[in-house]
Amino acid sequence: MRLARFALLGALVGALAAGPALAQEAEAPTPPAQKWSFSGLFGTFDLAAAQRGFQVYESVCSNCHSMRLLHYRDLAGIGLTPEQIKAVASHNTVPLGLNDQGEPITGPALPSSPFRSPFPNEKAARAANNGALPPDQSLMVNSLPGGPDFVYAVLTGYKEPPPGFNLQSGMNYNEYFPGHQIAMPQPLQADQVEYADGTKATIEQEAHDVVTFLTWAANPEMVQRKQIGVRVVLFLVLMTGLTYVVKRKVWSDVH
Amino acid sequence: MAGLNKSDMKNPVINWIDTRMPVFTLMQREYGTFPTPKNFNYFWNFGALAMIALMIMIATGIFLAMNYVPNTGLAFDSVQRIMRDVNYGWLLRYVHQNGASMFFIVVYIHIFRGLYYGSYKYPRELLWIIGVLLLLIMMATAFMGYVLPWGQMSYWGATVITNLFSAIPLVGESIVTWLWGGFSVDNPTLNRFFSLHYLLPFVLVGVVFLHIAALHITGSNNPLGIDVKGPQDTVPFHPYYTIKDSVGTCVFLLIFAILVFFFPNFLGDPNNFLPANPLQTPADIVPEWYFLPFYAILRSVPDKLGGVVMMFGSIAVLFVLPWLDTSPVRSARFRPIYRQLIFLLVISVIALGFVGAHKPEGIWVVIGRVATTYYFLHFLVILPILGKLERPRPLPESISRPVIGPGGSGGGPLPGRAPAKPMEKP
Amino acid sequence: MAESSASATVAQHGQPDIVSKRDFLKLTLGAGAAIGVCAIAWPFIDSMNPSRDVLALSSVEVDLTPITEGMGITVVWRGKPIFVRHLTTKEYDEAANTPLNQLIEPIPAADRVKPNHHQWIILIGICTHLGCIPLGNKPTDPRGEWGGWFCPCHGSQYDTVGRVRHGPAPLNLWLPPYAFESDTKIKIG
Repeated sequence: MRLARFALLGALVGALAAGPALAQEAEAPTPPAQKWSFSGLFGTFDLAAAQRGFQVYESVCSNCHSMRLLHYRDLAGIGLTPEQIKAVASHNTVPLGLNDQGEPITGPALPSSPFRSPFPNEKAARAANNGALPPDQSLMVNSLPGGPDFVYAVLTGYKEPPPGFNLQSGMNYNEYFPGHQIAMPQPLQADQVEYADGTKATIEQEAHDVVTFLTWAANPEMVQRKQIGVRVVLFLVLMTGLTYVVKRKVWSDVH
Repeated sequence: MAGLNKSDMKNPVINWIDTRMPVFTLMQREYGTFPTPKNFNYFWNFGALAMIALMIMIATGIFLAMNYVPNTGLAFDSVQRIMRDVNYGWLLRYVHQNGASMFFIVVYIHIFRGLYYGSYKYPRELLWIIGVLLLLIMMATAFMGYVLPWGQMSYWGATVITNLFSAIPLVGESIVTWLWGGFSVDNPTLNRFFSLHYLLPFVLVGVVFLHIAALHITGSNNPLGIDVKGPQDTVPFHPYYTIKDSVGTCVFLLIFAILVFFFPNFLGDPNNFLPANPLQTPADIVPEWYFLPFYAILRSVPDKLGGVVMMFGSIAVLFVLPWLDTSPVRSARFRPIYRQLIFLLVISVIALGFVGAHKPEGIWVVIGRVATTYYFLHFLVILPILGKLERPRPLPESISRPVIGPGGSGGGPLPGRAPAKPMEKP
Repeated sequence: MAESSASATVAQHGQPDIVSKRDFLKLTLGAGAAIGVCAIAWPFIDSMNPSRDVLALSSVEVDLTPITEGMGITVVWRGKPIFVRHLTTKEYDEAANTPLNQLIEPIPAADRVKPNHHQWIILIGICTHLGCIPLGNKPTDPRGEWGGWFCPCHGSQYDTVGRVRHGPAPLNLWLPPYAFESDTKIKIG
C-alpha cells in the first residue's frame, strides 16, 4: 500500500518535471555546459581569467554596456593592487559633481568612483543603439535563466542565418538567443584584445574570460561565501551528531 | 505579603526577581517540568523549528532594515549595497531571503502534522484556528517582503496580487487604489509595504504567544491521537523535548546553511536581478514557490472573481476544518481510508505547486482543475462523510500501553468524545 | 505530579558512570552551542561597522594651488568640515610668538603644522566645546580677537593655528591625520 503511494507520487513528479523540457525544445537549444573555475562547492574564481575578462569588458563591452553597481575599488576582488586600481580608474573619465560655478564637471575616476557608464541615461543609450537598450552588466549573469553557460553560448553563437530565415533589419542571427534574433552585433572578434599574459585571444577564450569576470561581478561574495559555508556545514554536522548522541542518552531511561 | 510569589529558585538574584515577577516559575512550569506525551515522533519538532525560523527572520530583518531604503529610486541599489559593501550584508540578506523558504517548509510540514494526526480536533480547535491565522499573517508578511528588493518580479508580483482585490464587485477598484496609495504600484506602495513588513512579524510573535498559550491549556496531541491518561504517559519537557528539538534544530540549520552558502539563489527568480520596470512585464510572472499552489488554484478557475474566491477559500476552509471532519478519531494511524486520502491531498497540493509554476496551457490546465477539485472535495465533501462511514481501527488503551489486543468491537475508547482530561496542574 | 514521578524514575535508573559520561557530552554540546552563538553574533555586529563604500571615502585629496595667502577653504572629510587655510607669514609669526603660558591648552605653534609647510594649517572645523562650526575660514567672517576662528554659539575664540584663546571651549581645534603628497597636494585620512 505504502509502496504504491510512493510509486504514484514518483510517477507524478516525474511527469511534471518532464513537461517543461518538452516545452522548451521549440525555442532555442540548451547552451552546452562549459567548464568554469567557479562552479562546484569548492570552486573559486580563476583570477587571471577574471582580469583578462575585465580587459575584454573595458575594451569591448563597456562601449555600450554599463556596470553601474561596480566601483573601481571592487577590482581588488579579482586581484588588482591599489596602484593598479588607481591607474585603471584614472584612465576613465567620469562625472565628478559640480564645480564652484555649479556646472557639472568630469575628470579622471577615483577608486571610489562607480564604473564609467557609456551613456548618461537610458534615452541616450537607446538613441545610440537603434532603440535597443544594452542591459546593465552588473548582475547580468544572474538575471539570465541560463547563467554563465548561456552568456558564453550567445557570445560564441553568432552564425549566418539558415536559408529562408526571416531576419529583421538591424537584428543579428544567434544560435542560442531565444528567437535567434538579437539586436547586439557580434561583439567579440579573434585578437580583438592583446592579453598582457600572452594568452591567445580567440573568440572562445575572450568569451570564457569575460563570462568569468561577469560572474564575479554579479557574485563578488561567492568565494568568501563558500569558504564560510564549508566550515559552517562541518560544524553543524558535528553538532547534529553530538546532539543526537546526547538525545539518545537522555532518552535511554524512558520506556 | 499577599501577591508575592513563593519562589523555589536557588540563585538569590533569580529568586529575588521571581518572587516579585514569577517569570522563572512560569518558564519552569511551561518549559521545564511541563508534562508532555512521551511518544512524540520527529514531526513534533516543527513547531519549535517554526519559532526558530521566525526569530532568525526577525533578527536578520532588523539588521537589513538598517541599510535598506524604501524608495523606488533607491531600493534595488540599496539591496545591492547590502550585498556588496555592508560587512556580511550578503550573509544577512541570503539568510533572510532563504529563511522565508525555510520558514514556509517548516510551517507546511507542521500543518501536515496537524492534518495527519488530527491535531485540530476537540479540544484543540482554537489552537488550530490561531495557527491558520498565523499562516495568513505569515503569507501577508512574505508577500510584502518580496516586494521590497524592487526587482522585476517584486514589482509585477505586487501588481498582480494587489489587482486580485479588483475582482470584488463595486468597491474592488477603490480598494486597489487605496492599497496602492496611487494609480499603480509605486513609491507609496513600497513605503507602506516596508512599514507593514516590519510590523507584521511582531504581530506574528504576539499571535504565536496565543498559539502556545492555547497549546499549554489543552496539552499536545500525540502520534496516537489519544488523551494522556496519567503521569506514566508523559515526560517533563526539559530535558527530553529540549534535546529532541535540538536534534531537529541542528538538521534544520544544516539544510538551511547548505541552501544559503552554496545555492542561495536556487529558489529565487532570475528576473528579480533586474530592477523593477513598470513598462515591461516579464515573460512569465511566477510567485515564490510557497505561493504556487494557491496561485494555481487562482488560475484554475476561468472566472476572475471565482478564482480569487477559491484561492482565499482554500485557506478559509482550514478555519472550519475542525467541524468538517466528523470522525471522532484523531490520528490517521487508526483511520485506514483517511490515511490514504490525506496523501491524495498532499499529492494534489504538490501538483498544484507544479501547475502554478507553468503557463496555464494544455495539460497544466487539466491537472490544475483536477487537483483544485480534489482539494475542495477533500475538505468539504469527503471529510464530513468519511467520519460517518469509516471504520476506525481499535485504539490503544493508553500511550504507555500501545499494544492492543486483536478484534474488539472495532472502536475502543473514542478520544474525540471522551471528556478532555487536561494535564494535572499543581 | 507528573514531573516528580518521571524524574524519580530517572534518578533510580541512572548509574553513576553513565551520568558522568552524559555530563561530559552535555558540556561539550553546551560549549559547541556557545561557539555557534558567538559565531552567529559576529556578522550581525560587524554589519554595523563602516561598510566598504564608507571606508572608500575615508580619505580625500586636496589641491592647494588655488588657495592664496590669507584664504581658507572648507572641505568635507568623513562627514566633518575640514578647514584648510593658507596663513600669511605675519599670521603664523603672531601665533608662534605667543608665550605658552597665555594658552588654555599650551601647544607650540610649530607642533600644529607640518615642518617646512608652516604656512598651511589644516584643522577639523568643529568647536571643542559643543560641536558647532566656528566662523573665520572666509575672509569676510568674524575671526575673533586673535585672528583665527570665532564660534558663534558660545563665543569661543581660536588663534591662527586653531589654539583656543577664549572659552568656553576647553581644547584647541583638533588636527585631522594628513600628509603632504607634494608641495601643493595633501591627503587627509
